Amino acid sequence: MSLHKLTLCELQRKFTAGEVSAKEIARAYFLRIGQVEPKVKAYVTTQKEQAMVQAAAIDDSLKGWRKTQPMMAMPLAIKDNLCTEGVTTTCSSRMLQNFVPPYDATVIAKLRAQGYLLLGKTNLDEFAMGSSTENSAFGPSRNPWNLQCVPGGSSGGSAAAVAADECVAALGSDTGGSIRQPAAFCGVVGLKPTYGRVSRYGLIAFASSLDQIGPITKDVADAAFLLGVIAGHDPMDSTSADVPVPDYTKALKKKDLKKLKVGIPAEFFAEGLDPEVEQAVRAAIEELKSLGGEIKEIQLPRTDAAVAVYYVIATAEASSNLARFDGVKFGLRSKETKDLLELYTKTRQEGFGPEVKRRIMLGTYALSSGYYDAYYGKAQAVRTLIRQDFDAAFKEVDLIVTPVTPTPAFKLGEKSEDPLQMYLSDIFTISVNLAGLPAIALPCGFSRAGLPIGMQLIGRAFQEDTLLRAAYAYEQSTQWRAKKPAVR
Amino acid sequence: MEITKQEVEKVAKLARLQVSESEVAVFAKQLSQILTHVDTLKKYNTDGVEPTATVLGQVNVFRDDVVRPSLSVEQALANAPEREADGFCVPKIID
Repeated sequence: MSLHKLTLCELQRKFTAGEVSAKEIARAYFLRIGQVEPKVKAYVTTQKEQAMVQAAAIDDSLKGWRKTQPMMAMPLAIKDNLCTEGVTTTCSSRMLQNFVPPYDATVIAKLRAQGYLLLGKTNLDEFAMGSSTENSAFGPSRNPWNLQCVPGGSSGGSAAAVAADECVAALGSDTGGSIRQPAAFCGVVGLKPTYGRVSRYGLIAFASSLDQIGPITKDVADAAFLLGVIAGHDPMDSTSADVPVPDYTKALKKKDLKKLKVGIPAEFFAEGLDPEVEQAVRAAIEELKSLGGEIKEIQLPRTDAAVAVYYVIATAEASSNLARFDGVKFGLRSKETKDLLELYTKTRQEGFGPEVKRRIMLGTYALSSGYYDAYYGKAQAVRTLIRQDFDAAFKEVDLIVTPVTPTPAFKLGEKSEDPLQMYLSDIFTISVNLAGLPAIALPCGFSRAGLPIGMQLIGRAFQEDTLLRAAYAYEQSTQWRAKKPAVR
Repeated sequence: MEITKQEVEKVAKLARLQVSESEVAVFAKQLSQILTHVDTLKKYNTDGVEPTATVLGQVNVFRDDVVRPSLSVEQALANAPEREADGFCVPKIID
């Protein structure tokens, strides 16, 4: 069997047992990248030479006594908004085209300490702002299931790389659905952990009260495994939670949903939901029921407010976070500027793409004198109402099942001219970030056109284990993961 | 909510963004559309509702004020667009 087809857990077992060397792994993955990357365009940067050197060093270090670590020699793709020491981190922006971070994000430091292989940095919508990777300054990535379609976004490169077997697993970040939506579009598993579960140190900030790093993987067991590696409190991120990290792989033992109450919110099955998506998710709910779950209708009445709340809060935070890109200390600097003010304005004009500018404008407007209370204050208050809806729902149920997206992957160019339509397609994922809850997207079918359909499970804060248990039970009782894209 | 071109120009100035004339027109139209959607939030009564700034409810997180390793001058300046000796170089600020 070709190594690139294995899951993270399978490859890890083979490597630990000494059946395959780090060099063989690196070689197999770069061969695969060479074959499909010209079509998929998942990566901004690949690290072939460095990975080969590192793989050789790993093999040498194991010659005497074979003592391995869980992530040793595991070939990963990393979203290009996570700082990697010595490796360009662009955020898919001209602003950071040549930025080489002098330090590692905490999640990267954890992987590096275990000897993982960095295959490359994956494409995203510029500064993670978008749902299709079409906002990348370096061109869009493609959906491996249909190259005319978007892979989703903003972690579209990571999801496409996993789906096309161009890495064994990937990391993404999720501010309003940026892990789950591309995972659903590409037919893979994407987990957004509870806010605070994973350190954000070294994640180039978009909206600090919403951003969270998480795994994108080939199956649920891999997501459980990788989450265990990256989770935990970090003194470098004061918003990371000091909550013990359980062994998430233990959550996979039950293989049923017995004694779990599963909530179905009517608001997520309303107008605008594609009938094929609805059918697939409803069938999945039946499967959860046959696995022992008790299905219950619930209400999340403020769901329709989520998009508006999100696009005020996220852009307000972004306008503040992106103020640091001023051409002074790092990143792009416009040439030939006559004074400091012009240095700022010209650098930002040249460095930012249209969507980033639009969001900075929107956020600045929402925070500006005279509009602060009407927009930012109002959005923060409605955010509280959305959280209260979830609090009430989780008194009745243990997890909530919804679609991930209203439709399967759309065509390149289909929505790029209409920002509001693009924003509204995030409707099912956004409220989870506003409430800071964990959620997992996993495959639950295919459209007649052959595009993957995803379902979303939402859990209580810090109960990723319950999500993983239910997701694994469903995955094991179905065969969706057996189907692979042809990439052509 | 209708956003005028003048308002777009004012916000661009606040955000330190240079915008072209054509961008001003496009932003005025798009921001108006988005803010019209945002205005639907008015239907929710939020009297007495505590705003959410962060979901975890932390207030301040303190650490001991002790010296610890940090970036060297060379590392900190490695990405500088322009440097002079051990500093970042910018256009003249005071005449």
